[in-house]
Amino acid sequence: MLAFTLRRAIQAIGVMIAVGIISFSMFRFAGDPVNQMVGMDTSGAERAAIRKSLGLDDPVIVQFGRYVGNAAQFKFGVSYQFRLPVTDLLMERMPATLELAIVATIFAMVSGILMGVYSALRRDSWLTHVFQAVSLIGISLPTFLIGILMIYLFSVTLGWLPSFGRGDVVHIGWWTTGLLTWSGLKALIMPSITLGLFQMTLIMRLVRAEMLEVLRTDYIRFARARGLTTRAIHFGHALRNTLVPVITVAGLQFGSVIAFAIITETVFQWPGMGLLFVQAVQNVDIPIMAAYLMMVSLIFVTINLVVDILYTIVDPRLRSTVSRAH
Amino acid sequence: MTAPVLSVRNLQVEFASRRGTLRAIDGVSFDIAKGEVLGVVGESGAGKSVTGLSVIGLIDPPGRIAGGEIHLAGLRIDNLPPEEMRRIRGKRIGMIFQDPLTSLNPLYKVGDQIVETIRTHLNLSEQAARRRAIDLLAEVGIPAPDKRIDGYPHEFSGGMRQRVVIALAICAEPELIIADEPTTALDVSVQAQIISLIKRLGRDHGTAVMLVTHDMGVIAETSDRVAVMYAGRVAEIGPVQDVVRNPLHPYAKGLMGAIPTLAGDDKRLVQIPGSMPRLSAIPRGCSFNPRCASAFDRCRVDRPEPLSRGTQSVACHLYDSVPAETAA
Repeated sequence: MLAFTLRRAIQAIGVMIAVGIISFSMFRFAGDPVNQMVGMDTSGAERAAIRKSLGLDDPVIVQFGRYVGNAAQFKFGVSYQFRLPVTDLLMERMPATLELAIVATIFAMVSGILMGVYSALRRDSWLTHVFQAVSLIGISLPTFLIGILMIYLFSVTLGWLPSFGRGDVVHIGWWTTGLLTWSGLKALIMPSITLGLFQMTLIMRLVRAEMLEVLRTDYIRFARARGLTTRAIHFGHALRNTLVPVITVAGLQFGSVIAFAIITETVFQWPGMGLLFVQAVQNVDIPIMAAYLMMVSLIFVTINLVVDILYTIVDPRLRSTVSRAH
Repeated sequence: MTAPVLSVRNLQVEFASRRGTLRAIDGVSFDIAKGEVLGVVGESGAGKSVTGLSVIGLIDPPGRIAGGEIHLAGLRIDNLPPEEMRRIRGKRIGMIFQDPLTSLNPLYKVGDQIVETIRTHLNLSEQAARRRAIDLLAEVGIPAPDKRIDGYPHEFSGGMRQRVVIALAICAEPELIIADEPTTALDVSVQAQIISLIKRLGRDHGTAVMLVTHDMGVIAETSDRVAVMYAGRVAEIGPVQDVVRNPLHPYAKGLMGAIPTLAGDDKRLVQIPGSMPRLSAIPRGCSFNPRCASAFDRCRVDRPEPLSRGTQSVACHLYDSVPAETAA
């Protein structure tokens, strides 16, 4: 088990180095950074001096080593637009994005699993057909459209919910949270539904398909022959077996939720990392873009690792094959 | 004479399909007494498993019991509400399925699955149920049951898993066990152990056993009586020695002729020509008539009803007109 975790961790580091190369090369492709820092009238000698002071005349491999070394300490340089350390900017924005992503994922998981289980157990109920229709909408309408439609309905027409921003936030250390104020919670509703809708339909469809599959297995038939209650069979036996693949998908989807947050954050002017990234793209603020790439990859890789470990906890068969493999 | 543990009368099971209703079981009747093992034998699709499933009330839609009655120790159970039937399953009727590899939920420890079943049916505390589970595992011959109880199904071999399945089937001391091909998925050497285990449990607890199999050898070794099924009907039923030594129905004769002996005689094994009809194309009259060497005109028109011949009962026109002495 420990060896398995360790091996996965080493693989994760490998992935991060690869991402580092891509993120590092962004600086190269976007042109000479010195040209972007200085004015038109700077002399060649001054440019060379700046170049030297920034270490840009070192061999690429040395520069890359320095970049990775700094990145490992969460130093990503200074933003071109804000003239502030990128790390501070990202850290300031991260709570907003993470809070949004977590709430959206919880919404997607809870409603997706409930709807999936219901529509698998009551295949012909009218509510099942409603769920199916909703899931079709969720899977086919683009996120920004759903967001805009919701703003139109709930903010503009009905005036129930704020159309942008996070509402009032409370500072807990460096973390800012909107979960503790009424206006913060109200501001969370539409963005998290918009962000989570796609995942919800995905999870619902997955749970439904898996559940129907599991209900046909021999051990469910045998569980019925043992006279277990329908509840124990559906929720004790079938649901747990259903959740094995759902965990993987939901875990991996959490990464995409953070990535997709870019769109939702733009629609709702949510002050998170995604919005920061979009602004950085508009202003060619490479350090922020590179750092964002690294941060999102780090989150992805971490989630992957956690999912792998969770998997072995849920499914005992993996535990022993894993230990037997060593 | 006390009432039989299981009494099936004129059972009919139908499956609705796109091409109309198919009758999988058509008028099956038999009894099983306390402590008796009834072997049910026949080709694939003869309706053996469907009979077993209808007794325990697990026929899945589109199948349904269309007629007849099933009595468990005098109580009619074929028309019970689902919740009452659920209480009987596992408690008064235990079931063993064919494939032990897939019968157990892979995500739960075997002990948890046994304790869950015990506590569903018996009013026992967690600890008492666990002690009972360990005793059960010991009874079905699992070594070191106090350790194995915390193992997961994949940590058991096929034979050991089938023992766990049997422990699950008997955990509430049922009056009847339905074993649906319990040895088919197992190694031959393990088969014998499982068979003698089922036999011993039936004897020790006075449990009636309905043993569904296509293996005549298993039947001959285990059963007290045997029912030979063909195309959803019982062709012949009787004490196992009589049916094996002196089969009456031409189909039963064919089956017995197809069993190799160890005596080493060079006789070719008899083969029954043709194959069993599909449910959608069961012939008029006796369903066996197209494959029967002794078939005559009446067999193609009239459906034979069971006739008593000594200890045996046979559904064949050959025994209708002829006096009992010459036929037996």
